[in-house]
Amino acid sequence: MALLRTRPVAPLEYTKKTWMQLWVAATLLFLYAPLVVLMIFSFNDSKRNVVWKGFTLKYYQKALGNDSLVEALTNSLTIAFFATLFSLVLGALAAIMLWRFRFPLKGVVEGSISLPIIVPEICLGVAYLIFFARIQWPTGMAWPLNLSAITIAHITFCFPFVAMVVRSRLASFNKEEEEAAKDLGASEWQTFRDILLPHMKPGLIAGALLAFTLSLDDFVITFFTSGPETITFPVKVYSMVRFSVTPEVNAASTVLIVLTVVLTAIALKMQGVKAIAEVH
Amino acid sequence: MAASLQDWRTQKRPFAAIASLPVFWLVVFFIVPMAVVWLYSFGQNTGPADIVISGTLENYKRATEWLYVSIFLKSLAVSALVTLICLIVGFPVAMAITFAPTKWRPWLLLGIMLPFWTNLLIRTYALMTLMGNNGYANRALGSLWGGASWLRTLVGMQPLDAWTPAQLLYNNFAVVLGLVYVHLPFMVLPLYAALDRLDKSLIEASLDLGASQFSTLNRIIMPLAGPGIAAGVMITLVPALGAYLTPDLMGGTDSQMIANVIERQFKRANDWPFGAALSFLLIYAMFIIVAIQSLRRSEAKRG
Repeated sequence: MALLRTRPVAPLEYTKKTWMQLWVAATLLFLYAPLVVLMIFSFNDSKRNVVWKGFTLKYYQKALGNDSLVEALTNSLTIAFFATLFSLVLGALAAIMLWRFRFPLKGVVEGSISLPIIVPEICLGVAYLIFFARIQWPTGMAWPLNLSAITIAHITFCFPFVAMVVRSRLASFNKEEEEAAKDLGASEWQTFRDILLPHMKPGLIAGALLAFTLSLDDFVITFFTSGPETITFPVKVYSMVRFSVTPEVNAASTVLIVLTVVLTAIALKMQGVKAIAEVH
Repeated sequence: MAASLQDWRTQKRPFAAIASLPVFWLVVFFIVPMAVVWLYSFGQNTGPADIVISGTLENYKRATEWLYVSIFLKSLAVSALVTLICLIVGFPVAMAITFAPTKWRPWLLLGIMLPFWTNLLIRTYALMTLMGNNGYANRALGSLWGGASWLRTLVGMQPLDAWTPAQLLYNNFAVVLGLVYVHLPFMVLPLYAALDRLDKSLIEASLDLGASQFSTLNRIIMPLAGPGIAAGVMITLVPALGAYLTPDLMGGTDSQMIANVIERQFKRANDWPFGAALSFLLIYAMFIIVAIQSLRRSEAKRG
């Protein structure tokens, strides 16, 4: 590229500097090479990971035939679904509360809501271990109730993120719109549904995506919260990585990576790449 | 801004409808569990499953033993090193994204963010397969070694010994690399946010007036992007300090971090009160880091 350039690089065109391009390329290579290699070798017809022996789908069959792995994935998706749903409601309410009202102890409430973001996962994990043991949360319930403890834990660390994202979206809301609606006779609920909610929508989508991936991602908190009979995908993969590395893990991981990319693509389609990029 | 806030007393019913649910959830499922851990840290084991909260400070006293202090200091050093590497790697990337054509910018950002949305465990595992004894990292090093050996024979020297795979996993190096891999996107995004807000004509002016690229970076960009850099440092440092998974999977016996020690107190050692004390010491450390950051920010605002 640099050799073919006909006009000199302007001072601010850092992106056109060769060393900068190489730096970015190297960083992206560093970020993606492990994932790409993992995905390619999930199709490799060999028990040992690194030598290409030919294309096969047998590890996908094996992964799909592995009942506990499928169950773990189903559990993870179920937990992520409910965690997203509840976090959206709680997060949106928290955001509106902080954005709209002045009330006593507001600083304390505001600080406490952002605490689950700062407190290390391991500390939250042990807190739920002790908490659910102490209050003797029933175990051995029927599915999906046996996931309730994990779901509660996930909601707690997800909804502050939703609140943060939604609140930054609310900052751009023009309150005159709301006043106009009320002047024209709309009720409190109608104003919320027809004026405020549509404005919040991009924040809600971004928040939902964030909550879903955070929940699907979580290993440490689930590791402490789950009983021996409820297992989630990351916990299952962890034990597979720990005790017997098989290409099955590659196949299962590829499925999850593709799922993430598809979800992101859906969000992009709904919101445009720019809005997604701006949220974080 | 403050004037447009509604007083809760004038809107009691909407306020109650909006506030009750999140506040209730926060108190019952966050404040109470944390408070229970805090109380446990003043307790002691009286039987295999019985813990009495006796108000003892024994657990905290035990945490000041050199063994635990040294692990704490090591965790701090490792996370500081990881943050520094992320900053050095991430800063040019953030610069490149900031000055990229508008059309490209969101896609580059997405490129940085997509791995961040991928499961942490999967990313760690992917890096591990690459770095194993038979992984591609070792193969690449092996062929470099082979090339060097070939060059030596070409100039008439003895060939090198056969390549023995380097131990890239299960040591401190692996932990640092793994943590950098996982936390890099955390650093790039706030840096980009800060650089994007920067008034570009200032950089142009500095370069026009004859300042070198380096002194422009040093005296214009860095000070102006300071708050963003501080935010990036914090957002990387805090999770790196509390990291559990990466040191657990990629580290050896001597590369444990504080989170691994806490985990052991709760699982294998079955000493919940001591684990609770360590866990709260970690939380206090986070608070100190956050406090330093917000102090700096308020000072910067005043100055």
